[in-house]
Amino acid sequence: MKIYVPRDAAARALGADQVAEAVLVEASRRGMTIELVRNGSRGMVFLEPLVEVETAQGRTSFGPMTPADVPALFDAPDTHPKAQGPVQLIPWFARQTRLTFARVGLIDPLSLGDYKANGGLAGLRRALEMSSDERMDEVKVSGLRGRGGAGFPTGIKWDTVRLAQADQKYIVCNADEGDSGTFADRMLMEGDPFTLIEGMAIAGLTTGATRGYVYIRSEYPDAIHQMTEAIRIARLNGLLGPSLLGTGPAFDMEVRVGAGAYVCGEETSLLNSLEGKRGTVRAKPPLPALQGLFGKPTVVNNVISLATVPWIFANGAQLYRDFGLGRSRGTIPLQIAGNVRFGGLFETDFGMSLGEIVNEVGGGTASGRPVKAVQVGGPLGAYFPASKFATPFGYEEFDGQGGLIGHAGIVIFDDSVDMLAQARFAMEFCAVESCGKCTPCRIGAVRGVETIDRIAQGDAAAMPLLVDLCDTMRDGSLCALGGFTPYPVMSALTHFPDDFARMKEAAE
Amino acid sequence: MLDTADFSSRLSEIIAAHQLQEGPLLPILHDVQAEWGHIPEPAIPAIAQALNLGRAEVHGVVTFYHDFRATPAGTTVIKVCAAEACQAQGGRDLVQATLRAFGLRDYGTTLDGKVTVEPIYCLGLCACGPAALVGDRLIGRATAQSLKDAAQ
Repeated sequence: MKIYVPRDAAARALGADQVAEAVLVEASRRGMTIELVRNGSRGMVFLEPLVEVETAQGRTSFGPMTPADVPALFDAPDTHPKAQGPVQLIPWFARQTRLTFARVGLIDPLSLGDYKANGGLAGLRRALEMSSDERMDEVKVSGLRGRGGAGFPTGIKWDTVRLAQADQKYIVCNADEGDSGTFADRMLMEGDPFTLIEGMAIAGLTTGATRGYVYIRSEYPDAIHQMTEAIRIARLNGLLGPSLLGTGPAFDMEVRVGAGAYVCGEETSLLNSLEGKRGTVRAKPPLPALQGLFGKPTVVNNVISLATVPWIFANGAQLYRDFGLGRSRGTIPLQIAGNVRFGGLFETDFGMSLGEIVNEVGGGTASGRPVKAVQVGGPLGAYFPASKFATPFGYEEFDGQGGLIGHAGIVIFDDSVDMLAQARFAMEFCAVESCGKCTPCRIGAVRGVETIDRIAQGDAAAMPLLVDLCDTMRDGSLCALGGFTPYPVMSALTHFPDDFARMKEAAE
Repeated sequence: MLDTADFSSRLSEIIAAHQLQEGPLLPILHDVQAEWGHIPEPAIPAIAQALNLGRAEVHGVVTFYHDFRATPAGTTVIKVCAAEACQAQGGRDLVQATLRAFGLRDYGTTLDGKVTVEPIYCLGLCACGPAALVGDRLIGRATAQSLKDAAQ
């Protein structure tokens, strides 16, 4: 009997370790031999801990499980009150297009054998047989764009590094997933770390880079553990090292841990941090693709961008390109979070409307109250009112509505939220996390908090001042931290003016 | 407080373990903090000298990052998520209730040195908020009571 209990951080936060322990205790009490696999999460956080049992008929799931539900799993699985049936038949799961996350939750994350048996390494093997130009075309044709938020075409970035002349080039994976409402990088690294290794290896092969770094935020100890272990196993099995899979060029990589600075998710700040410096932002140009880590040509890509590359190489760029909408090709792992009934990771083609995501997939709020606002794209993303729910999920489509998709985090708020408080928090967060290099961000954020406090006290004259300040921050900041903080602030002010006016009346 | 001979030899070991890496400063600081629970002041000139950096430069790095502490934290550290997704699930109230539960007015350490309560900006547990980290234990759908129980 094979039993799967996720070791994903969200599952653990909901008691998966205690459930796993109960499974072992119960099996030993009955004198049964079982194989316990700590898999990744299938993404349905509302069902975690989601236990799966492998029977002759296939895998069937149970959730959300508690230790008290475990004995019945052995007694009468068919009539178990928490039985959810096979995962692939659960409607929330069935309506997804899981390409990047196909293996997450399915396999034992640290079993290279499981990985290979489920399509792993097919992409790297095909890449090794291709010429340099063919590899490059594959990435470009796929239409893959940066999933960290900026949406820059991955192929163009790689080609810049490929064509640069240097004695050393680097692949840096940005796993500093600091945006609230996002956890796709975490789930991928915890649930299928070899995919990221394979993607980075293909990136190295394509661009001529031989060293890679995964910069993981310190807030993700489980992801750090899984990636470190996976890299060790990959090296032991000749996947990484002096020759990729024993036939390719050299490529090796290591994990580096951040130290609690949000701004290090910005690529140039991340590079400074990797070099052992303060994580301050660098002016661009020079582009990191030409002068990146230690001044060498460097690919800096998000976890999801790199982890999608193996699928593209294994299944063909054209097939990937066939998914999506407009200039947003392929799939996007949406992270549905906050006050939501059915929250979790939902991978789908670009193009689903925000309303469908929030109401149909997410099932509305957990509190049962009406949805008031949805913040898309993390702390630097705009708050969307229900009147904008028709917006299809895509880079240009959200840009056209005064927002951004960012790293595809979707945070739902019910009608108890005070949007002035949210706008103030955006400025406060920017003030805490500013690297201090440029004035609009360093000083602007502090003045922003003060100005919003004046509005809260009923000072109407502060309103145009806030708008002006936001203009200055947007146009004058060096990076997205100061530059995009105006998105949540201005969207709150524009779409929810009552929350700003109500304060005024109260003061009068 | 710190035994000088032991301190120096352990610090030298930590530095030596990373010195040949590219960009060794952050890995060294992480290990120093893991060893002593904070970055002891005497470590700074020693690290600076080993890496051929200025003391000010090392000090600047230590103070830039939120993770590095100048003084040790309480025995148990509770990090409560203060970011948006948890706010949407009552995170602001959880922060206040947690502080109250430990008799704190603001983030910091209790007088008996047993508990430190700090904000954290996102644990990636955004679909089961509000979330917190107690020691190394993650807690989803947290309440002040569940955090207090976990801190016992």
